[in-house]
Amino acid sequence: MEVDVSTIKHLARLSDFRLSEAEEESLAGDLKSIINYISELDKLDTSGVEPTYQVFEMENVWREDEILPQDASREELLALTKEEKDNQIKVPKVL
Amino acid sequence: MKIANKTVTATRLVKDALEKAKHFADYNIFTFIDEEGALKRAAEIDAKIARGENAGRLAGVPYALKDNFLSRRGDTTASAHILEGTASPIDATAVAKLEAEGAIMIGRTNLDAFAHGSSTENSYFGPTLNAYDKTRVAGGSSGGSAVAVALDIVEFATGTDTGGSIRQPASFNGIYGIKPTYGTISRYGVVAMASSLDCVGFFAKSPEDLDLVMSIAAGQDPKDMTSLPDYYDDDAYGDDASAGPAAASSPTVAGVPAGVPQAASPADAKAAKKIGIIKDFDNDVVNAEIREALRKKCKLLESKGHEIVELEMPTLKYALAVYYIIQPAEVASNLSRYDGIRYGFRSENSQDLDSVYKNTRDEGFMPENKRRIMIGNFVLSSGFYDAYFLKAAKARTMIINEYAAAFDKCDFILTPVSPNYAFKLGEKVNDPVAMYLEDLMSVSLNLAGIPGLAIPAGEAKDGNKLGLQLVGPRRSDKNLIAFAKELQDEND
Repeated sequence: MEVDVSTIKHLARLSDFRLSEAEEESLAGDLKSIINYISELDKLDTSGVEPTYQVFEMENVWREDEILPQDASREELLALTKEEKDNQIKVPKVL
Repeated sequence: MKIANKTVTATRLVKDALEKAKHFADYNIFTFIDEEGALKRAAEIDAKIARGENAGRLAGVPYALKDNFLSRRGDTTASAHILEGTASPIDATAVAKLEAEGAIMIGRTNLDAFAHGSSTENSYFGPTLNAYDKTRVAGGSSGGSAVAVALDIVEFATGTDTGGSIRQPASFNGIYGIKPTYGTISRYGVVAMASSLDCVGFFAKSPEDLDLVMSIAAGQDPKDMTSLPDYYDDDAYGDDASAGPAAASSPTVAGVPAGVPQAASPADAKAAKKIGIIKDFDNDVVNAEIREALRKKCKLLESKGHEIVELEMPTLKYALAVYYIIQPAEVASNLSRYDGIRYGFRSENSQDLDSVYKNTRDEGFMPENKRRIMIGNFVLSSGFYDAYFLKAAKARTMIINEYAAAFDKCDFILTPVSPNYAFKLGEKVNDPVAMYLEDLMSVSLNLAGIPGLAIPAGEAKDGNKLGLQLVGPRRSDKNLIAFAKELQDEND
């Protein structure tokens, strides 16, 4: 598996990171060795095996569709943001 | 634990704990110490006891909270810059349950940022030092919690274990640590890492203390859809009724394997158990002193009438690769929520929204967080999904089946926690694969959802602590803790 700077740029875009050139270079080295290691799994024959995505013993745990009080109030949650105006979170321009 | 019996006040216990925390400040154990809040709580507990009211099963017991649990006291940082200044308006269910029984949090403990790591060196606040050798790592990711208990600052501490983050630091510091069956303790209010693997658990200095805190914290929580129905203290899963080879084997065996004497002390008679050891780990991959510690414990068990059986588990050597595919995939998904908008750190050098996201994430995450997010996005990305993520999910099934087959042959498995004891600070921090290899024997339990208990197992020649883990089938948590007493000896 070829891991070069273009792979890193692609993964950085998927991950929403703005990486410096130095970071791109060091991450390319790290990711190459990690991908090399996890590629060991190629050697295991998994044909005919069903995948497991979770180990919880129950499926589809539902609750009644009713409005329940929340642990945190709107004011408490808005207090955590950097800038708030009229109960809205303020961010820089979108475009 | 010295539950308040009026010979000692909660205030005295909390003052002692706070004093010790200050005394050991150079170990970098805490990200926050709540002196004022803890003393206030202690005064309340003392007043309750003075009035003759029930102050709870943990009345006045000081504890430390891993800093990835939400609590209204102090900021929840997960030792990550990106969560800077996040003062939670809620308490995690585990926190609420402990405090309802009178436990008093004296501080929040250091971890690898977002619990990504095996040494606590990936913390934004710097590493925590090992309790027995300040030039060595505490282990991780729950390094601060492990050292807080090992140095006797607190009676117990919370941890989270996604691939070994409780068991490995427990063994590096010579104490007990339990990673319960998946779903035993609610994850509500715990900073998510890899949701199909994450477990809440504890550190303590004795199996009895672990049993008490487990009994309090375990149980179904409507706020966590993946919490199991209450079972921890249920007799159906108790010592005598445990499913396993004893119960499943032929009637002539009647719970005691032929030729195996009964437990040595009739006064404390325990049914003889079959303990599996994994042959695949008995080689140079594991430090020789750790293998010797395992052999000693096996001899101890045999002297008490238990039987040792050898297991072949050839799929386990792939568990680490499986884990470092599935876990980063879930990390990439869970950590996509951190964008600087609703809480935590926000990069200031950004003129538009897209730059806020990208700069905040670049400046706010530690290098190891970035590696995991990027690997996760790699194994999930188009063109690689089948070869990595799907393949790992299939291998996960094989690992689960291999454990199920093993527990047909034995009641518990005793294995090393990790290939080495506490390593030197800085030794592996720049080599991610070398660091990952420390998780070789711990991650398969999380993949299978089964419980593991780290137990002390003496010392290496250089004085560092050794540990082993006792592994059981799902919901055998209480049995594991009870059986740990059989493994105790004077060298621990």
